[in-house]
Amino acid sequence: MKTKGEKSIIEIKNICKVYKVGEVETIALDKVSFSIAKGEYVAIMGPSGSGKSTLMHILGGLDQPTTGIYKLDGQNVEAMTGDELAEIRNKKIGFVFQAYNLLARTSSLKNVMLPMRYGDVPVTECKERAIKYLTLVGLQDRIYHLTNQLSGGQQQRVAIARALSMNPAMILADEPTGNIASAQAEEIMDIFAKLNKEGHTIVMITHESDIAEHAKRIITIRDGRLISDKRSGK
Amino acid sequence: MNYKELFSESIGTLLLNKMRTGLAMLGIVIGIGSVIALLSIGEASTKSITAQIQALGANILTVSPGAQRSGLVRGAQGGGTTLTYDDAKALSSDKTLTALKTVLPVYNARSQVVYQDANTNTQIYGVTPEYLGARNIKVATGGNFSENDLNANTNVAIIGPTVLTDLWGESATATGAIGQMIRIGALNFNVIGVTEVKGGSGMSNQDDMIYIPLTTAQKKLYGVKYLSSIIVETTGESVMTQAMNQIGYTLLERHHIKDTTKADFQIRNQQDMLNTVSSVTGTLTSLLSGVAAISLLVGGIGIMNIMLVTVTERTREIGLRKALGAKDKLIITQFLMEAVILTFVGGLIGIVVGIILAYIYATSTSGLFVVSLSAVFLAFAVSTIIGIIFGWYPARKAASLQPIEALRYE
Repeated sequence: MKTKGEKSIIEIKNICKVYKVGEVETIALDKVSFSIAKGEYVAIMGPSGSGKSTLMHILGGLDQPTTGIYKLDGQNVEAMTGDELAEIRNKKIGFVFQAYNLLARTSSLKNVMLPMRYGDVPVTECKERAIKYLTLVGLQDRIYHLTNQLSGGQQQRVAIARALSMNPAMILADEPTGNIASAQAEEIMDIFAKLNKEGHTIVMITHESDIAEHAKRIITIRDGRLISDKRSGK
Repeated sequence: MNYKELFSESIGTLLLNKMRTGLAMLGIVIGIGSVIALLSIGEASTKSITAQIQALGANILTVSPGAQRSGLVRGAQGGGTTLTYDDAKALSSDKTLTALKTVLPVYNARSQVVYQDANTNTQIYGVTPEYLGARNIKVATGGNFSENDLNANTNVAIIGPTVLTDLWGESATATGAIGQMIRIGALNFNVIGVTEVKGGSGMSNQDDMIYIPLTTAQKKLYGVKYLSSIIVETTGESVMTQAMNQIGYTLLERHHIKDTTKADFQIRNQQDMLNTVSSVTGTLTSLLSGVAAISLLVGGIGIMNIMLVTVTERTREIGLRKALGAKDKLIITQFLMEAVILTFVGGLIGIVVGIILAYIYATSTSGLFVVSLSAVFLAFAVSTIIGIIFGWYPARKAASLQPIEALRYE
């Protein structure tokens, strides 16, 4: 619940998502409500099929809820058009995907610059910022490497630099360590912890409890319903 | 994101898959290349034929045998046998035909010509002695034949410089050929003169001809009683209509024809012939353009096919771009730009290929080399438009992908 002076980044109320395949209706999300304040580090947990991916798509502005209200950084997202959503995704959300989703055979620098160019940031500034964020994730000597010349962990760090580049309201990470060896996964978690300490809001979707432990707040979803919302003592 | 960046990104994407890009372009290269080559060759031959007709002079009338236009059907030109040497003589001897200056009866045909072990196939012109002077053809070495040769059907020949080099070799001198015997068809002829070099090209290259007495050609060489045509030089351009009337009524009377629409000959001036040529080349050009348009259509469908494959293949990339904030318009522009680059570059290569083909054709036929500028501009416009038309649907398809569907796509 919103406390005084604390600004909500995410506010969702009674979000429902119903998929219709022919005559059969599948309820993926059933009246989910919560809010996330600025600077929080939240893990959304749940087994596969729990609806957490659907929730992630809605939070990321990649999909629209069937009913319910979604406010992101003060703006109502639930009724936006495709291009308005594109703008929201560009300016407010920094995505980190499980499969990294970098442009193939393209340099780290170009990959990090891409969202900034979509947001019409001038080229010189784009480049400066891209180098700054690549340095932040420890890839200062991999700036001109092509994506296929990087390891999984390095690729994910490029993706984090890309997510940071537009200075978004939140970083939305979908199973960020799912494809990475455990040693490198720790590095990624360290970067998230560091970013959170610097004031970034992080929302991470995962099904691994040891990864979720890194977060300060764990929201658990099962069968489309919110079943627990715990804050750790950290 | 500006167009410059999208452009360099598109170029990068296209270069990633060079083989596919090349094959997709090939259809456009062939289409545009054939348009340019055909239109250039067409324009070149029109120009050379026009130049030849204009070289005849504005005060020249050509009388040719054959039926007049009857309804929609017109008899084949030059196929008729209705004009005779006597017709020509009647025209030249009648002093009341004041508009006529010179009357030149002609019988021409192609024949094999042999000198020792060399041979060539060329136009044989059976003419009267006045012909060369009236047509401004000078005998550079040797001399013309005379009225006596005409009356006696002698076997004498005046050859063009091309015939000279064809039969005697590149290093031949005109004086060396004078007095030699050549065989035309089944008869031997004594070479008495070589005409000066005039240049020219195409079917009636004036250097690639042999002139012999008309009577020899008709009676001995080909065994015919008729003429191919009668060329009439009038006293001036102002009397062309008068001259046509004088020739027409004289010949109608001689051929016992009362109804002018049933005349068995045609009288045409330079303008008539130019009109005929332009109508023929116009028809040919539109036919060829039709064929070329079909090949361009096929090329365009090829581009569309490749772009559709590309969109499917890059579904994940498109999803990512949309997730990172690319708007529909930007995705459309990106894919449309790739298609247009394909067709534009294909068009560019096609233009070069077409020009090279036209050049090869021109040099191998020693004809005129003309690049049809209008065709080049048309090619640029058409190839770009093809890119837009056939790139539109795939680009639209890419933009309408849902980002989650696209990100999930394996």
